[in-house]
Amino acid sequence: MLKITNLQKTFNPGTVNAKTALNGLNLTLNDGDFVTVIGGNGAGKSTMLNAISGVWKPDYGTIEIDGVDVTNMPEHKRASFLGRVFQDPMKGTAPDMEIAENLAIAARRGIKRKLRWGVRKQERKEYKELLAMLELGLEDRLSCKVGLLSGGQRQAVTLLMATLNRPKLLLLDEHTAALDPKTAAKVLQITDKLVTENSLTTLMITHNMHDAIAYGNRLIMMHEGRILVDVSGEEKKKLTINQLLGLFEQASGSAMTSDKLILSK
Amino acid sequence: MSFLYALPGAVAEGIIWGIMAIGVYISYKILDIADLTVDGSICTGGCVCAVCLAAGMPVWASMLLALLAGGLAGTFTGLLHTALGIPSILAGILTQLMLYTVNLIILGGRSLVAIDPRANALWVHMSNNPLSILVGAGIVAALIVGLWLFFYTEVGLTLKSTGDNPDMSRAQGVDVKRNKVLGLAIANAIVALAGALYAQYKGSASLQDGRGAIVIGLAAIFIGLSVSLKIKPNFVVSLIGVVGGGIVYYVIYNFVILLGLPTDYLKMLSAVIVVLFLAIPYLKGEYFNKPKALPLAQTGGQEDA
Repeated sequence: MLKITNLQKTFNPGTVNAKTALNGLNLTLNDGDFVTVIGGNGAGKSTMLNAISGVWKPDYGTIEIDGVDVTNMPEHKRASFLGRVFQDPMKGTAPDMEIAENLAIAARRGIKRKLRWGVRKQERKEYKELLAMLELGLEDRLSCKVGLLSGGQRQAVTLLMATLNRPKLLLLDEHTAALDPKTAAKVLQITDKLVTENSLTTLMITHNMHDAIAYGNRLIMMHEGRILVDVSGEEKKKLTINQLLGLFEQASGSAMTSDKLILSK
Repeated sequence: MSFLYALPGAVAEGIIWGIMAIGVYISYKILDIADLTVDGSICTGGCVCAVCLAAGMPVWASMLLALLAGGLAGTFTGLLHTALGIPSILAGILTQLMLYTVNLIILGGRSLVAIDPRANALWVHMSNNPLSILVGAGIVAALIVGLWLFFYTEVGLTLKSTGDNPDMSRAQGVDVKRNKVLGLAIANAIVALAGALYAQYKGSASLQDGRGAIVIGLAAIFIGLSVSLKIKPNFVVSLIGVVGGGIVYYVIYNFVILLGLPTDYLKMLSAVIVVLFLAIPYLKGEYFNKPKALPLAQTGGQEDA
């Protein structure tokens, strides 16, 4: 479903601030993989997601989604393959527009937009049912401006938007990090439900090792712009945090110190 | 008494500026771009209309060409911004400056072209204010209905989201650059239409027309929205409010003229109105919104803990 080959990206090249964020990254995802991504600050996790989304172009390497080379495709065109949820709950929705309007814009991702009615009556019914599934009481607030919702509610709506027309790949960039623990757990639970029900191929970045182990069928750990640890299947199911730390030390040849890898156990 | 005599004229002229303010509303409020093209494109609209009428074209065709000219000006600003990466405010200033030359060429090197109200069956003219008000109101109604329908289509919704949250829009497959160009084209087409009406109303188009128009447009928007948002914060009521703001502005304008103030001083008035409307909400938040201490029971704190 996703094939990243030898991806390289250096920010501010040729200056003292030069930072190699991706250093020959290779990653292949199979159809239906739910992959959790962990790694310290500056490991290249978000950079990888931004490269896949097309926020900027890589220096070297190629990105294929569902057999299509998207390396040079502009961000808005690539969007037809992708569903994205950002870390910042403010980033994924248009605050001055209604919940229904936000969903309707997302529902037409990858479809040519015409001078047809923007939100049809039938759609409102469908959205109502989908919102009810979130169990956040949003089903009766279809005409409510998204800006009036809480961060957790906005993230849940963004998740719904991202999964509406079954993207080839769902990208979650620490989408629960800005939420309080209780809301984060709820949003994560909704995520798992949506991903499993639609069997979506998913990349989920998290700072929480427990979540990384508990969710998904595969776990990758990044370090200095590469993938160091990649476990899946039965091995991942039995994984403990201590084993994970051990795997990292083995692979990187250095002990995981708190300043190098800021992860919450 | 003389104020009451001046009132119909003020309303007629106010409606025309209200139409321009609808254009400014689209760029400033919906796209979130302070588009300074407006000062030039309103003049372009007037110049195109006057020259076409002088060449014997019918009024509707002259207005249509003025509208298209404005759309082109907006497209140009949009392309400077999106294709060449020039900051939007600078792109508008550059187009405005270029339009001065363009307008001079349209007028054939003259600084003023007169429109003869006897030779042309003008839609609006200061000699017939009741008709001017009627025609102006009709155009406003048609514009508001048209824009209301458009902004609720699939394309229209993405135009709103482009201004509201460009990150979200791109993630949902919206071509943000194309939308900015489209929005600026629509905005300036409406502004040029107002320019064409204004030239007919006063019976001439001059190179000096439209200077400071953006500020008048913003003043109309702020005056209008300060009332209409309190009534019902939706699209149609907002646009009606914006046109109403234009009328209120021109009524004040005429009142001040009658007090004996030279008209050139009124540029100061429009600027001060905009400064006040922008500053007051900011100052309120900054200096007058001190957080109040919660009662202890609510914070869970204890005295002398």
